Amino acid sequence: MSTDTRPKVAEPATATGGNVLEVENLRVWFDTPRGWVRAVDGVDLSLRRGETLGIVGESGSGKSVLSRAIMKILAPNARVLPGSTIRLNGVDLATVNPKTNKHLWGVDLAMVFQDPMTSLTPVLPVGKQLTETLRYHLGLDKKAAHEEAVRLLRLVGIPEPEKRFHQYPHNLSGGMRQRVTIALAISCSPKLLIADEPTTALDVTVQHQILNLLADLQEKSQMSMILITHDLGVVAGRTDAIAVMYAGRVVETAPTPRLFANMRHPYTRALIDAIPKVTMSSHTRLASIPGRPPVIIDPPPGCSFAPRCPSAQERCLKETPRLEPDPDAPVHSAACFYPLGTPDGGAARERNIAAGVTAAGTPVSPEVTV
Amino acid sequence: MTETVRERVDAAPAPQRPTASPEREPAQKKRRKRRDIGAAFGAVWIGLVVLGAITADWLPLRDPNEVTDVFAGPPSGEFLFGTDAIGRDVLSRIVFGARISMAVAIGATSIAMIIGVALGMCAGYFRGKVDAVLSLIVNFVLAFPPLIFLIALVTALEPGLLTLVVALALIGVPNFARVARANTIAFADREFVTAAKALGARPLRILTRELLVNVMLPVMSLALVVMATLVVAEGSLSFLGVGVPPPAPSWGGMLAAGRESLSEHPLLVLIPALFFFLTVFSFNRLGDWARGRVGRESSI
Amino acid sequence: MVSALRRRAGSVARFVLLVFLVTVATFLLLELIPGSPIDALLPQDATPEQIAAAREQYGLDQPIWARYLTWISSVLQGDFGRSYQTGLSVAEQIAERAPVSLELAFLAVFVALAISIPVGVWSAYRPGGLIDRVSTFVISATLATPAFVLGILLVYVFAVQMKILPLLGWTPFSEDPVEHIQRLVLPVLTLAAGECVLFTRLLKGDMMATLQQDHVLSARARGLPTWRILLRHALRQSSFSLVTVSGVVIGRLIGGTVLVEAIFSLPGMGTLVINAIHSRDYLIVQAVVLLTAVLYLLINTLVDLTYPLLDPRVRKVRTS
Repeated sequence: MSTDTRPKVAEPATATGGNVLEVENLRVWFDTPRGWVRAVDGVDLSLRRGETLGIVGESGSGKSVLSRAIMKILAPNARVLPGSTIRLNGVDLATVNPKTNKHLWGVDLAMVFQDPMTSLTPVLPVGKQLTETLRYHLGLDKKAAHEEAVRLLRLVGIPEPEKRFHQYPHNLSGGMRQRVTIALAISCSPKLLIADEPTTALDVTVQHQILNLLADLQEKSQMSMILITHDLGVVAGRTDAIAVMYAGRVVETAPTPRLFANMRHPYTRALIDAIPKVTMSSHTRLASIPGRPPVIIDPPPGCSFAPRCPSAQERCLKETPRLEPDPDAPVHSAACFYPLGTPDGGAARERNIAAGVTAAGTPVSPEVTV
Repeated sequence: MTETVRERVDAAPAPQRPTASPEREPAQKKRRKRRDIGAAFGAVWIGLVVLGAITADWLPLRDPNEVTDVFAGPPSGEFLFGTDAIGRDVLSRIVFGARISMAVAIGATSIAMIIGVALGMCAGYFRGKVDAVLSLIVNFVLAFPPLIFLIALVTALEPGLLTLVVALALIGVPNFARVARANTIAFADREFVTAAKALGARPLRILTRELLVNVMLPVMSLALVVMATLVVAEGSLSFLGVGVPPPAPSWGGMLAAGRESLSEHPLLVLIPALFFFLTVFSFNRLGDWARGRVGRESSI
Repeated sequence: MVSALRRRAGSVARFVLLVFLVTVATFLLLELIPGSPIDALLPQDATPEQIAAAREQYGLDQPIWARYLTWISSVLQGDFGRSYQTGLSVAEQIAERAPVSLELAFLAVFVALAISIPVGVWSAYRPGGLIDRVSTFVISATLATPAFVLGILLVYVFAVQMKILPLLGWTPFSEDPVEHIQRLVLPVLTLAAGECVLFTRLLKGDMMATLQQDHVLSARARGLPTWRILLRHALRQSSFSLVTVSGVVIGRLIGGTVLVEAIFSLPGMGTLVINAIHSRDYLIVQAVVLLTAVLYLLINTLVDLTYPLLDPRVRKVRTS
């Protein structure tokens, strides 16, 4: 019986080697005047070559911090606690010497940020920013770098790349800027690309184009990708597996179709329920998750979602559930004592509906779907 | 099946994972404590100085202008800080000198604050021509070399405490005006001002009721820094001989006088220097603490 | 195109207006000073007729606005008048003294920047590190030490006790370059210390904010070397405030070297002006104030012009 809780795409294969990325018990805490902020509090992940993992969560769930921990660009007051492991193709990123591994980040690992306006340096022309990376990591000379940069700009779909090469970020539109950021990220053929909310700051029509571009590039180079977003719609059709984060932990993870068909964690359910559907009649009250954001400074014991969970029981307030694989389908793991779709979970929900209130004191109404 | 698969899973021993938190207290908390301690020290020192200045007449001190025959004597039981070149008690001169420093610092700052904030808020709220005129005034005051202005002004009017206070206040007005203006502009866009306007509130009411309170916070924190600057300015002027005229004791004057015998009697310089240092340091610590609570717009 | 010209014209007009106001204010201010410029020239028992004759000779019997106009018109022709006291040309006296003050001011800012930029950049990069903590401490201490106190202390330590630098006085560069520089060290340090504090704080604050921005994170995520990120991606962006303030500081120091000149007995414009005020030698005061104000405003205008060089976002868009 394997307690390996990491998301797996296909049927449980024995492959533990061959993972592009392995994250174990990652904890990132921030040193603030009010105490330790537990932004990421014990996360496990793994990813294979060519796969796309979607990480979903609300603001403050720790998903961005997670990506920054991998890329080693955390704020100065962040601490990656001992016992955390991040391995890229077997190389432990925490202990690797940055001086001897100058060409790890930017080459094997790359990141695309949320806001294209701020992720490009405003005082340098766009082309210079590209050639800078190319010349540093790949050792190209000025002319070769220039040509390669123009090729990359064309590859990501920027018209008139020669002209754009000399322009500054503020001369370009939002969508074009994001394309430049993508060009920057893929310039050295990374093995893993992390896209942190790559489309949140863009118009809806452009979002689609950018996501397609990413998928396209991924297919061509068999690059692995982590897609971080708060929008389930973005990950629905474009990822192989999904990990749902809440309060610094992964609360559920499964291959994408399985997650949407058979969600286990009440939070995942609530997220999906909160999406307004076209089929709803007008004036339908939108479902929202009651309660307040979780406490991540010295959190109390118990499940962090308990105060807002319609299934909360006594046990949830005292013990912290661990991410456990579903015994029937080990690819699917959830951190819940009373998961949806199980007899225990169903019973818990019934009890709460009958009582009208959960163990945490949150009122429950019968319309909450199981 | 007597037991569910789930229970079997639950019964399996969970692999150990380190979950303990780091022992030490987060550094930021320590830093904040340190800053608060610094500010507390500052407050205590300033309090002492102000207290001394106010109660100087009633304290058991010698007359600061009384000339004894102990010239440049070292600190002793009789003269706690020693005596200066013509035999006056340094300790009492320091205490009485504090009067001038504090009067200037607090008095001039208050005047500068009142005028500056009024001007700055008007400029920031009404913009347009009012703002242009204020900007002109501010640039005008800044273009004028301040020390020359001060010296000329002090020479023009009767040299004395009042002149000093007025002159230094004038120099301080642009700083307050600028900060007040910047903050007024920032706050004037906020919804509570729009709401007040929509309710028909007149400008004066908006300025005093809604905006003033918000503007005063960064202004107060600036005031502490300005006080430090003015203590220094008064000292400089006294040093140059255009401050409060002798024989009135002032820290700057004592420093200037002590300079004559710097190599033989360094204490005559070091003691007033120390008081300057502690006082300015205290104002700065308090200013830092205030700025930490308020935010960045309180800088010039 | 037209609006740019209009803006330039506006700046020039403001410049002229300010200079005008400053000179008028100086005139008025000096008017307030009791006594008149020629008091020292006349004997004690001068008769009213002698006094009146002297006043007429120097044009002091004219109403104030007339005197102002006369002065302005001669200034515009390059004639700053002659000192009442010494009879020497005002322009000559200033020319003799100005280089000292200017040298002090520029060197002080230069030294301050040379120290502040590396310290500020590194402190922002490694907040709480050794350099940061040491520099913060030194800054606090320096900030709390008024310039004149610092100057005297420096004199005490280096000149009196350690005897490695000369005590007071000035040697022109042409006479003895080595001694010239020796004599410059302490005064420049005294002046620079105060400005260092301002610059370091400013730069550190701006740099810390910039270093948290996405584009810096993005550069780090791309694995670019630290020095490159600090200098190319971060510093240029964070330097706007520093540049502005440097300009203001130079302008302020040109008129503000008085204290340091007094402490170190340097023959600069500051001491010239103070003496002139005391001896009611107004023409000197007016000329110096005019010069200082003009320089201050010029420098500020220059600073404004450098913005587009630093920040491409401010530049005019040539092709839309």
